[in-house]
Amino acid sequence: MMASSYNAKEEDGHHSGSVGPGGPGTGKSKKPDNTAFKQQRLPAWQPILTAGTVLPAFFAIGLIFIPIGIGLFVTSNNIREFELDYTGVEMSSPCFNCSQTYSWNNSCRCSVPFTLEQPFESNVFMYYGLSNFYQNHRRYVKSRDDSQLNGDKRFLTNPSKECEPYRMNDKMPIAPCGAIANSLFNDTLELYYVYPNGTKTAIHLVKTDIAWWTDKHVKFRNPAGNNDNLTITFQETTNPINWHKPVYELDPTEPDNNGFINEDFIVWMRTAALPTFRKLHRIIQKKDSLTPTLPPGNYTLDIAYNYPVRSFDGRKRMILSTISWMGGKNPFLGIAYITVGSVCFFLGVVLLVIHHKYGNRSSNAEIPN
Amino acid sequence: FFPWLVCRWRGGDCWCRTVVSNLPYEDQRPRNQPNRRYAGNAVKTNKYTLWSFLPINLCEQFRRLANIYFVGIAALNFIPEVNAFQPQVALIPICVILTLTAIKDAWEDFRRYQSDRELNGTPCLVYSRSQHGFVERRWKDIQVGDFVQVLANDIIPADILLLHASDPNGVCHMETANLDGETNLKQRRVKSPFDPLSFNATVICEKPNNNLNHFKGFLEKDQIKIGFGIESLLLRGCTVRNTAAASGIVVYAGHDTKSMLNNNRPRYKRSRVESKMNKEVLCCVFLLFCMCLIGAVGHVIWLKTFSSVPIYFIPDSDGNETPSVVAGVYRFLTMIILLQVIIPISLYLSIELVKMGQVFFITQDIDLYDKEKDMRMQCRALNITEDLGQIQYVFSDKTGTLTENKMVFRRCTIMGTEYPHTENGESGKWVGQLWSHQDTTVGRDNILPALPMDRHRHRDSTAGIPSLAFSSPLEREVIPDQNLLWSVKEVERRGVAGHWGLQGATHLEFFLALAICNTVVVSTETAQRQRVRVRGPHNSSRSRGLLPECMEGLFAQFPCLRQLSSCLKSVSCRRHSLSEDPVQSTLYDIPTSSSSVVSEDEVQASSLAGPKEVHYEAQSPDEAALVHAAKAYGFTLLERTPSHVSVRLPSGTTLTYEVLDVLTFDSVRSRMSIIVRHPHTKEIILYTKGADSGIMERLRVIANKTQKHLDMYANDGLRTLCFTRKVVSEKNYYDWLVLRQGAMAAIDRKDELVRKTAADMETNLTLLGATGIEDRLQENVPETIQALREAGIQVCVLTGDKLETAVNIAYSCKLLDQQDLVFTFNTENTFSPALRREVCKNMLSGTLAQLPLYDTQEAKVSVGLVIDGRTLGLLLDSDLQEGFVQLCTHCRAILCCRTTPLQKSRVVTLLRSKLGVMTLAIGDGANDVNMIQAADVGVGISGQEGMQAVMASDFAISRFKHLKKLLLVHGHWCYNRLANMIIYFFYKNVAYVNLLFWYQFFCGFSGTAMIDYWFMIFFNLFFTSAPPIMFGIMDREVSAAVLLQLPELYRRGQHEGGYRRSTFWIAIADAFYQSLVCFFVPYWTYKGSDIDIFTLGTPMNTASLFTIIFHLAIEIKSWTVVHWVIMVGSVVVYFVVTLAFCAMCVSCNPPSDPYWTMQEQMSDPMFYLVCILTTVVALLPRYTLHALRGTLVPSDHLRARQIDNMPPHHRDLWLQEWKKLKDLCASYPSLSSSTAQRYSTAQSPSLTLVQDPSPALAQSPSLTPVQDPSPSLVQSLNPKLAPNQGLNSAAL
Repeated sequence: MMASSYNAKEEDGHHSGSVGPGGPGTGKSKKPDNTAFKQQRLPAWQPILTAGTVLPAFFAIGLIFIPIGIGLFVTSNNIREFELDYTGVEMSSPCFNCSQTYSWNNSCRCSVPFTLEQPFESNVFMYYGLSNFYQNHRRYVKSRDDSQLNGDKRFLTNPSKECEPYRMNDKMPIAPCGAIANSLFNDTLELYYVYPNGTKTAIHLVKTDIAWWTDKHVKFRNPAGNNDNLTITFQETTNPINWHKPVYELDPTEPDNNGFINEDFIVWMRTAALPTFRKLHRIIQKKDSLTPTLPPGNYTLDIAYNYPVRSFDGRKRMILSTISWMGGKNPFLGIAYITVGSVCFFLGVVLLVIHHKYGNRSSNAEIPN
Repeated sequence: FFPWLVCRWRGGDCWCRTVVSNLPYEDQRPRNQPNRRYAGNAVKTNKYTLWSFLPINLCEQFRRLANIYFVGIAALNFIPEVNAFQPQVALIPICVILTLTAIKDAWEDFRRYQSDRELNGTPCLVYSRSQHGFVERRWKDIQVGDFVQVLANDIIPADILLLHASDPNGVCHMETANLDGETNLKQRRVKSPFDPLSFNATVICEKPNNNLNHFKGFLEKDQIKIGFGIESLLLRGCTVRNTAAASGIVVYAGHDTKSMLNNNRPRYKRSRVESKMNKEVLCCVFLLFCMCLIGAVGHVIWLKTFSSVPIYFIPDSDGNETPSVVAGVYRFLTMIILLQVIIPISLYLSIELVKMGQVFFITQDIDLYDKEKDMRMQCRALNITEDLGQIQYVFSDKTGTLTENKMVFRRCTIMGTEYPHTENGESGKWVGQLWSHQDTTVGRDNILPALPMDRHRHRDSTAGIPSLAFSSPLEREVIPDQNLLWSVKEVERRGVAGHWGLQGATHLEFFLALAICNTVVVSTETAQRQRVRVRGPHNSSRSRGLLPECMEGLFAQFPCLRQLSSCLKSVSCRRHSLSEDPVQSTLYDIPTSSSSVVSEDEVQASSLAGPKEVHYEAQSPDEAALVHAAKAYGFTLLERTPSHVSVRLPSGTTLTYEVLDVLTFDSVRSRMSIIVRHPHTKEIILYTKGADSGIMERLRVIANKTQKHLDMYANDGLRTLCFTRKVVSEKNYYDWLVLRQGAMAAIDRKDELVRKTAADMETNLTLLGATGIEDRLQENVPETIQALREAGIQVCVLTGDKLETAVNIAYSCKLLDQQDLVFTFNTENTFSPALRREVCKNMLSGTLAQLPLYDTQEAKVSVGLVIDGRTLGLLLDSDLQEGFVQLCTHCRAILCCRTTPLQKSRVVTLLRSKLGVMTLAIGDGANDVNMIQAADVGVGISGQEGMQAVMASDFAISRFKHLKKLLLVHGHWCYNRLANMIIYFFYKNVAYVNLLFWYQFFCGFSGTAMIDYWFMIFFNLFFTSAPPIMFGIMDREVSAAVLLQLPELYRRGQHEGGYRRSTFWIAIADAFYQSLVCFFVPYWTYKGSDIDIFTLGTPMNTASLFTIIFHLAIEIKSWTVVHWVIMVGSVVVYFVVTLAFCAMCVSCNPPSDPYWTMQEQMSDPMFYLVCILTTVVALLPRYTLHALRGTLVPSDHLRARQIDNMPPHHRDLWLQEWKKLKDLCASYPSLSSSTAQRYSTAQSPSLTLVQDPSPALAQSPSLTPVQDPSPSLVQSLNPKLAPNQGLNSAAL
């Protein structure tokens, strides 16, 4: 290579210097520097992996991992979680009829009763779950325009090519453009507590603070301008094909949750990593410390069944869950930690045996007596 | 610029170039200049100009397959159906690589441009008609046809036809050190004196070519043609010495000069590891193909599972869905883009960087620095450092490589009387004994042990006691043998100079032959290399300093000037006295810078007044030693010109012989001769010197006594030369001269004819005597050979020396051991070729039949093989090759004597190709160049014999002992480092890319990446690039000290222990496992949750980084500060860059913006728990296996590392124990059987062996009457099994 030839050149130059008219002695001596670095004698730590030397590491891992695992496992077990599939595939399901239509916005309503055996303390998070929904499909993931969502006026009326074929509708630019926005989850879920006497109380569902703070305040922004009246801001655009209302009517009640910064929309736009996923939908705030947020008993989930999932054999679920510092219920990590910790501990013991049996022998064999 | 056009245009043949003087045309416009079509003297070695750089450089870069691959991938990304990433972003890697390479190329080219500019701007003297003298110009202004004058110690600017020299004999001395490093002077002579103004001749010479040996042409002037050859050409780049001024007409300029035409680019060698690595790259391609296929098929199957179109499918712009098969094809291409990194293109760049680092450290090694020559080790080939760690066969030259090549005259025999020069020998011996207590080697009788001391101490000691000097002063200081001195004096006293009696004359003739029969050039101390000169006002001091540097620059760019010196050498010898030579020149000329003509009387006066210091410039140290020896007896060579040679006799009178011809040395004849005319008797005398094999058969009388002495010398390891004399009658000489001139003028088979005529003359010689010259072993040679041997390297010595000398040197340098069983293959010259062949065949089959016996013996006898050159020639023939190779595999040591350079290279090539072994050839002279080039690794020793070997070599060292550290330490390190680095690189890419692959199973094989593409670029570019490179440059498994102590550690590299196919597949398997862990631990953790793509990718990316970094941490054997900084730095850089990127990029890279994902994850404790667990699980198997292997089956290397970690005094103890243990293990089988049994087993085969080839033995005497009583077929066995030693080692 060229670099090499240059190097060789240097060497040669040095050489002919010594025999050339300069003669030896006139130039600087080419004696290499006797430094630790250049002579490769830098002080070095030389760990040697033998049973004896790695033993402490194994025991340490074992001793640290097992408690962590137990902690995780306990934490995970303390999390209450309730899942309700309301897709309506079975004939008996209340939502069976609604599920038979393919179209969006068929405004079919159904309500699914369910019972909570355990009380849900603290805040309860309400998720909707979809399965077999490949939000991570490559072309689906790309089908959005972050600049448009960030409130960039230029992209509002001229969305990115990536949004095709959900970029323009009837010569009008779509806002928000792209397939992700177009397939926004649009079921409405309402939760009722059914008193033993049969009366129903609507449980207050908070619809804010369900998205990342940075998404809501930095990444997603309504186009600048007439903020009070989003209708004017979005007047040159049209709603996505599957939507039955324009983007500025996502939440007419609350201006801070409307347009691009509607949190349901933001949550949907954060594309799920796996085909079976849940997305935070609502939060049930704890009222006071005495009563559980959701006491045990009968509940009804009222659904405005708009979202078709039959085309991909998908399921729709409603999930109620409390959360801990480690997020939702997931026993895997706790079990994994306990298992790995135990394996390490076991290996430590095995290595200890090996060390005693062979380790000494191999090092003693050469020691002269 | 187009010489062929000139020819066409002139209507002449195309073989010639016609040059006329430029002076008559000086004032004319350029287009009327007759020589305008020839290249000017400006050189341009830079490839690019400012404007052409970009297109040309890009074209060059796209010649490389890797770049095309890159561009192809990037281009695929522009197809919307296929692309995996943003098309623009996908261009980044290829752009970065192209830019970096372009910058590097540009910088190199700029340096070339700078050195060219300096060179072109060097001042020189050109004749100007208007100013009637030489005026200063620049080199680039010189045109063909100009008259140029070069003053003493100036560098010749172009190829100049020498027309005038300040020396009255028309001789100009030239030093070629700038071209080849040889410092001895070469002579050039004027064929036709001239005057610039009246020069009206036409020079017709051949077209520019790169043949440095050859130049022919003639001067045409008034219909008279004066021919000239290479001996009249001053070559560009050489330096004029000992001659005040030389001038001539420029015939070739600039790029047409012979030195420029000889410049070749450095050759590109591919190392074995690299070619093996390329196969592994193909494996990766296959792997990639499989993975892409899985992706494509998976995608099709996935598509088929949907009965209708799901809402997340995106139709084309026209609303149609892509058919599933077409979609599968698309996905295949997408996958290639996505998983492209599995083919480690960056590996090639990294390897180059690593090798640069390795070379840096090798050249910086202070142990490989030669204080005396102020030379570092040079790495001339930069891409085969790791081959040094895999050497299995070392082929070594003897003279100058194993030995000092500093010849010491030790003994001589004249007319059958031996003069042992005891004092001469004793003084040397005394020095030897003085040092022998430092050196455990006990020298054989007359061979001095290697002298482990540095030169400065010698010099100090020589200052006080001149006779004790060795190294170069030793060559000069010869203590005359008293008897011989006396007899010489006696003879001379009795007779008047030149009229000695026939009996006593032999002694004088012997010394005359010593002094005359050579090609030594004489220069006085004052004239030598003196920089004082008489110069005109044009002498600018700045240019003097500049010029050498420019020359260095020029020649340094083209390190392949190896042909040069050999050619120059022969040129200086080839001086045939032709009829137009000035005959009868009795003038003396001591070439001083003032170049005065000194009369005979003056010389005598001065010489009588006090011995004037003469300095000899010999091309071979033998000649120098002989001339110095003659001087010690009073026969001082005073001067040598092409036409005459002067010798001062002990009485003080000076004889000036006219030199009629010199029959130069060649390896076929193995002798040289000089034909002179005696100044007084006018006899024509032929002095011949040569090896006994080349002389003895041409003697008039067989000299048995001398032969006996010669054998004795050879047994003592001395180099022998015979000296003969012959008086040629005038008639015979002139008859022969006709033939000779015919031969010289021949075009076809010229060499052969010249050789034949020389041989015709060298018949019926009268033996004068013979000399024995000692060539001392270099320091630490036995130890080095011993160490190489312990390292499992077979050492073969290929030498041109005679058998006995070589065998002796072999014993003294421990190549052969007294306990070895030595087979000698030596076929006598007098056999007919067919018989020789038969004998050789029988010997070979006989030996081969015996060999398995030794191998199965419990006491394994090591076998040595000694082969004569003639026999070697037979063995190298196709039908005996197999047997020979088979034989070689059984032998511990191989010694080939009397080999020609071609045979040397054939042996290397044969063993290399047949056995598939890694070979190294080491040598110092021009005769080793073939061998050095034939071997996998060529090592040149920059020694006494010029630089040809170094020019041809890959590595240049200054002493043989440096080979030990070079191979055992640097080779070992480089190989292990590079092998580990390459394996790691493969692992790293597979481990990382597979993350993406596993993700495809969860995104419908659609080609989604859960890691932002920028991070993937950064990952390879910043986060994980530095650690492996550092690992490849700096990792050190075992320290240098221990490696030197335990050479057997080297064996791992020979059997490719560091880089096996299995190692590769284990690394790939581990990569698969680790990537599975890195993917599935986060997957299961976050499964079913509300995690988004990049947030899932973040812990995977981080865990993968930790795994990859800690994987390396497990592999790193020694942690220095640099290691810590780079490893910790990589992790820190990862977090800093990722955090920064995540914070800044809100919508900079749509549609995949990882905005705030890292921050979000890092505020979640789960992230850390996941990363820790993943890393631990991923590395657990490797860590455990390393620990288990370290305890259960510790390798030698591991033990060595343990020893390394001990405190120094413990370490020494352990090292001793180790060695003892190895000895015990080696001798263990013999312990089981009784020693008596062992002795007999060693003896018995020797008996059978002698019987076996008996047919050949029986035939030979009957067919050819051999006078020599020595058996024609020598099957010497050396069963001198020293029982004592054997018992001693066994008792331990």
